[in-house]
Amino acid sequence: MNIRLDNVVKEFETFRAVHGVSLDIESGELVALLGPSGSGKTTILRMVAGLEYADAGAIYFGDENATDIPVRDRGVGFVFQHYALFPHMTVGENIAFGMKVSKVKRSPQAIAERVKELLDLVQLSGLRDRFPGQISGGQRQRVALARALAVDPRVLLLDEPFGALDANVRRDLRRWLRKIHDELGITTLFVTHDQEEALDLADRVVILNKGRIVQEGTPEAVCRNPADAFVMNFLGDANRLDADIRGGKAYVEDVAFEADGVADGGGQILFRPADVTWREDGQGIAAKIVRVIDRPDSRRVLAMTGSGQPVEFDTAPEFPHRKGEAGFLQIRRARVYASA
Amino acid sequence: MRRRVLPGLPLALGITLVYVAIIVVLPLAALVFKAASLGPEDYWRIVSSDRAVASYRVTVTCALVATVFNLFFGMALAWVLVRYRFPGRRLVDALVDLPFALPTAVAGIALTTLFATNGWFGGPLSVIGVKVAYTPLGIMVAMSFTSIPFIVRTVQPVLEELDPALEEAGQTLGASDLSIFFGVILPLLTPALLAGVSLSFARSLGEFGAIIFIAGNQPFSTEITALLAFIRLEEYDYPASAAIASVMLLTAFVMLAITNLMQARALRYTARG
Repeated sequence: MNIRLDNVVKEFETFRAVHGVSLDIESGELVALLGPSGSGKTTILRMVAGLEYADAGAIYFGDENATDIPVRDRGVGFVFQHYALFPHMTVGENIAFGMKVSKVKRSPQAIAERVKELLDLVQLSGLRDRFPGQISGGQRQRVALARALAVDPRVLLLDEPFGALDANVRRDLRRWLRKIHDELGITTLFVTHDQEEALDLADRVVILNKGRIVQEGTPEAVCRNPADAFVMNFLGDANRLDADIRGGKAYVEDVAFEADGVADGGGQILFRPADVTWREDGQGIAAKIVRVIDRPDSRRVLAMTGSGQPVEFDTAPEFPHRKGEAGFLQIRRARVYASA
Repeated sequence: MRRRVLPGLPLALGITLVYVAIIVVLPLAALVFKAASLGPEDYWRIVSSDRAVASYRVTVTCALVATVFNLFFGMALAWVLVRYRFPGRRLVDALVDLPFALPTAVAGIALTTLFATNGWFGGPLSVIGVKVAYTPLGIMVAMSFTSIPFIVRTVQPVLEELDPALEEAGQTLGASDLSIFFGVILPLLTPALLAGVSLSFARSLGEFGAIIFIAGNQPFSTEITALLAFIRLEEYDYPASAAIASVMLLTAFVMLAITNLMQARALRYTARG
């Protein structure tokens, strides 16, 4: 089932939460809506589910205009950030709930069989008679997924599904969700503020800021070609230095960077901490080391340029220099943007 | 052992036990002792007299009706107070406690004035042939008035804690509003409702001040058990008074035991392990 959002707008009392978002999601695709809090990503997801109504624009499921279909008839599976499992029902009863209240009548045996099948799918066969209060967070989220899948939804929607879990569980569940998606081939849209999660899991990433889509594409495309400084910053640690742009070049303290197609005037260069080399032979931007932070597989160096702008970069664990030493920053790869 | 903020077990338990002994157990023991001073035959004759049995029937029936009414109305009130924002909500919220704060005799006199055939409510009601004051209906009104805060105040905090995502989850799973109410919301409110109902019912059984003004107090039709015990007291027939009171005590115990069991059942899912 492909989903199409056509110029969808949502306003809350005082501010516009979503400003005219259009998006195509192919059948069977796994798409991440990525953005900081307040970017409108959860509102978009809730509009696709029918938990919020769009003030303008339309949402299509296949060729059907689903904009005004109430949530209970829309055929979506929704997984909530805090699981929203029914605490008074066992794991099995939670999964069976959607089938029991469905207009399509199923025999108790058919329901029991389907529950067993889903419990096998989410690898929780032994927990059917436990209550949600008796299992771990990661297990609860798997139950929530099984419950959402039980009603054979046309699309699967997940709202920060791993947000409440600790880092190790989160990584396991991510890989596991990707595996389930590949097995079932169900169109899936999920919301996250964690860029690592989006890049790790999704076929395509949609990056949102202040209620608008700022960039969409494969993880590779958005990582290699961030559309603007916001995307560059949001996807990972980035350093920023002021630059002068003249005739297709950006100058930072007399060091030139390629800036094809960027208008002359004030600008900025952004670069990753991994794209910097520390040199003592005068090539690059003069800087002084302010602090060195040790990490298991590298050293992170905090430096200050001659003009007083901070730069962070990563080096090998063997990096011998200390606080207070002077040298030069060679920036091997940078992106140039005009000032906003 | 970890040091706690409040005094340790020996002191805390000591205070608690002394309190329970002096304030609760001693009077009850005196009551049982007094009733026991009657022989079994006398005891049985007093508690099973026609007038006493009629008073049990009036009291229990009225308390049941009042409690069922409070169950629906109190839950609706709690729902409105928790789920909606409207001007005057805080005032309504404060008014809920008024029956607790008001002396029950004042409530009884006010209700009687309102519901007498020449009162603001009683007048129009008597036109359509409904008599409230000096009938069992009046007893029910007085009982529900004094016990409604129990239901509201037990349900309200639970409703506030109820995650709205549970209702949304029900909707995304295709459930109708009715299925969500009966399948999700009601079971989660049941323990609180049971607690509120048992308190409301117990209070209604024992209510005295508010009722005697509005009831008319006719033996066999509008005489409540608490009043009968009081009348025996006025006649200096202490053992008979204690005997009747002991029946009320037993009823309250049995009722609280039953609701506690039901509550434990409804809360099964919170058990760990």
